[in-house]
Amino acid sequence: MIKHLRSAADLDAATATLILDTAAEMAALAGREVKKLPTLRGRTVVNLFYEDSTRTRISFEAAAKRLSADVINFSAKGSSVSKGESLKDTALTLQAMGADAVVIRHSASGAPHRLASWVDGSVINAGDGTHEHPTQALLDAYTMRSRLGRLDGLKVAIVGDVLHSRVARSNVLLLTTLGAEITLVGPPTLIPVDIAAALSPTELAGSASLRGDRLVTGEKALGLPASANPADDGKPSAFSPAAITKVSYDLDSVLPVMDVVMMLRVQTERMQDSYFPSAREYSRRYGLDVARMRKLPEHAIVMHPGPMNRGMEIAPEVADSSRSTIVEQVANGVSARMAVLYLLLGGKA
Amino acid sequence: MTAYLLKGVSVVGGSPTDLIIRDGVISSDRSGALEEIDAAGLVALPGLVDLHTHLREPGREDAETVETGSRAAALGGYTAVCAMANTSPVADTAGVVEQVWRLGREAGLVDVQPIGAVTVGLAGKQLAELGAMATSAANVRIFSDDGFCVADPRLMRRALEYVKAFDGIIAQHAEEPRLTEGAQMHEGEVSTRLGLTGWPAVAEEAIIARDVLLAEHVGSRLHVCHVSTAGSVEVLRQAKARGVLVTAEVTPHHLLLTDELAASYDPVFKVNPPLRTAGDVAALREALVEGVIDVVATDHAPHAVEDKECEWAYARPGMLGLETALSIVLSVLGDRWDLIADRMSRTPARIARLAGHGTDLAVGSPANLTLVDPSARRVVDPAELASRSRNTPYSGTTLPGRIVATFLRGEPTVLDGKAVK
Amino acid sequence: MASPRADTSTKIILTGSDLHRVVDRIAHQILEKTSGATGTVLLGIPTRGVPLAQRLAARIHAFEGIDVPVGALDITLYRDDLRLHATRALGKTELPGGGIDGRRVILVDDVLFSGRTVRAALDALNDVGRPSSVQLAVLVDRGHRELPIRADYVGKNIPTALTESVRVSLTETDGSDEVKLTGGDDK
Repeated sequence: MIKHLRSAADLDAATATLILDTAAEMAALAGREVKKLPTLRGRTVVNLFYEDSTRTRISFEAAAKRLSADVINFSAKGSSVSKGESLKDTALTLQAMGADAVVIRHSASGAPHRLASWVDGSVINAGDGTHEHPTQALLDAYTMRSRLGRLDGLKVAIVGDVLHSRVARSNVLLLTTLGAEITLVGPPTLIPVDIAAALSPTELAGSASLRGDRLVTGEKALGLPASANPADDGKPSAFSPAAITKVSYDLDSVLPVMDVVMMLRVQTERMQDSYFPSAREYSRRYGLDVARMRKLPEHAIVMHPGPMNRGMEIAPEVADSSRSTIVEQVANGVSARMAVLYLLLGGKA
Repeated sequence: MTAYLLKGVSVVGGSPTDLIIRDGVISSDRSGALEEIDAAGLVALPGLVDLHTHLREPGREDAETVETGSRAAALGGYTAVCAMANTSPVADTAGVVEQVWRLGREAGLVDVQPIGAVTVGLAGKQLAELGAMATSAANVRIFSDDGFCVADPRLMRRALEYVKAFDGIIAQHAEEPRLTEGAQMHEGEVSTRLGLTGWPAVAEEAIIARDVLLAEHVGSRLHVCHVSTAGSVEVLRQAKARGVLVTAEVTPHHLLLTDELAASYDPVFKVNPPLRTAGDVAALREALVEGVIDVVATDHAPHAVEDKECEWAYARPGMLGLETALSIVLSVLGDRWDLIADRMSRTPARIARLAGHGTDLAVGSPANLTLVDPSARRVVDPAELASRSRNTPYSGTTLPGRIVATFLRGEPTVLDGKAVK
Repeated sequence: MASPRADTSTKIILTGSDLHRVVDRIAHQILEKTSGATGTVLLGIPTRGVPLAQRLAARIHAFEGIDVPVGALDITLYRDDLRLHATRALGKTELPGGGIDGRRVILVDDVLFSGRTVRAALDALNDVGRPSSVQLAVLVDRGHRELPIRADYVGKNIPTALTESVRVSLTETDGSDEVKLTGGDDK
């Protein structure tokens, strides 16, 4: 079993499926009167939140408590963190307290990777900067599977601010690992630049031929440590052209063939950075309203990781429709996180 | 003054010969007592010259001092380093450049040639007193706001023109600031995957393109710091073909390392400009051989531990370079000694107008030279570096080549691979 | 588990037909001790307890025409030895319609050994309802109890050494019916 969940890339198909299956069992247990399980008695889970995210923190807290773990909430506000203690010093403190797992939320991409190099326990990424949010992807995949019965071959559109979205990155990684086909939709300014370039076959051939033998030989001769050269880890990258089937700038054209539409939160601050001209124009081009929802196939579902900007990326009628899984996603979050905690902490360390 | 006999040395890759160092110069006089050094299998190069070193003094003596940086330089085979102006206070007055120059003299391990700031406080608003720095004891010829780009085109034009009066040169840190706000690493597939804000190649290329046109327009010398992209190489190639007086440097790390290393999120790999792609590395190597890129400069950037042992986004950019530069260049260029001497000694000395450096090791020339054992291998251990900082990206890596000795005006600064003081 | 190793010390304890007879006997005993299996629920402990419970229910139906509800009770999350092994995948818990409150629950497992599985099952049971009483049926009792637990229905008592292991194969899970004793190899 894996030790950390820093990225959805830490999960291969078998492990991801095991987590979803376990989450299903956990969900079944959630229906009974006594929800608490003795499984993680004596284990300590620290919620280390450098960003406010009440819903994610509560979800992890509920998950850990249902498994009888001791939960310590370490929030950036009112702690030594705000006095400028470094992440490393905080890590050493948690280490001394005997944390078996640290759930970290941080505004800096890669903070969970750094933390994992300083603590012995498991590190679970609860959202890092604009990088990843793997448990959100797990609960999304779980929600899709329970609504639609499968993930393999599912057509999923992820719509909105892909560039800044950790939810999008984790979902692309996890869902492609599990066989779904992703289409990223949004204004070109909010789709990471290399995806567009990678779609052109000539560009692709060009970049491949630039990888000269000379350099590779040079690096090997120098013996750069394998750990420092992640190109060798054999993991597919999230946004490699093989993993991504499509990018589209036109929401209307993709809707009729989708099984799932996942709307991303779009922050209105992006307007100041000229990613798009106005909220109104964004909403008109990329918002999911009732007319657009009608273009979806009968069975298709609408997802949103929350919190929503009603009227911006999603119309209230859509958010509250029977296609919407937004409330289920919250409930499934606890089950998915219980599954992750169990699988990371439930066995021999 | 001890006289030395380097027995059986290969001068810049030539066949074995004897080299005598006496009274600060290369000599043919075999009389009297000679300290003999068995130099069989060793290569003598003119002392290396670094156009781009951050010595951190004054201001961040916890990261590096002129003395510790000088020692690192000598151990790396250097006899002269150009110290960048982004100290605290900024080297934007005659007083500060003279202070750095004096500290270098006191340390006595390499010639420390201060670089002056182009603008007051590196703020990019108003020209610093370039002439005063040029006529000071420090005799400044290179001016740079390195760390920041002289982004204002009118100010850049004025600076290029103004320094012509005293044969100065502007060394530009080419980075269009609006295109790199919040940038953390090369913008590309890896930055997309890692969720780190991208530093697009065009932000460098656009400034270089503008500046070569400005330099051409006013007929001035321009030097481009740490060129990092294949596109920049193309811009420079075209400019040079037109006869623009532009020179350019590349760092050892941009000749070897790629943006994939950021996937560890270990800020030891965070540097500005960022590590680029394998394609860029290949283009830079080619350009260095061809001469489109004139010199290898280290951009030696020491940082205190707390500035690197943190989240990637909070870390300061920069890597140590002085003690590993020649090894990296050896691994990239192989034993093309004349080319190495050119790119690491002769040309940088010429650009910096450093008399007595980068000269051929002929009888009568100043004895500024370094002895290299090309067959040696060493594993880089950050704890063993002479620099006060530890931020080398090569920790644990086996590198080819070892500096056996370095001489500054006939005096050894390094003997047996160890600094003499 | 059921890999047929060429182990000279392997001994067949129950053949397929022995096993069928034993299940029949337990079914009869259940009918006898529970006054015709009224108000009774069979809960199998995964993996092999589940098909055994189903077989018992089928035999009871064959003998007396009575339908005894059957379910599964996974005890993984209640185990006291989780930290001694790599993380285990969960089995299914499925309670029969009507639940277990006020009913007599008969837990069904293949082998009774230390008793720790049964202890975990009692804890798990406690969290899913309140049965009127709990009984235990096992195919094999191999001794070496570490907890004060005994079975109400035992297919066969097999005295074993700690170094020996008892392998139960069932058609539903392993392709054939038999019980083997392999031994001495310190497994």
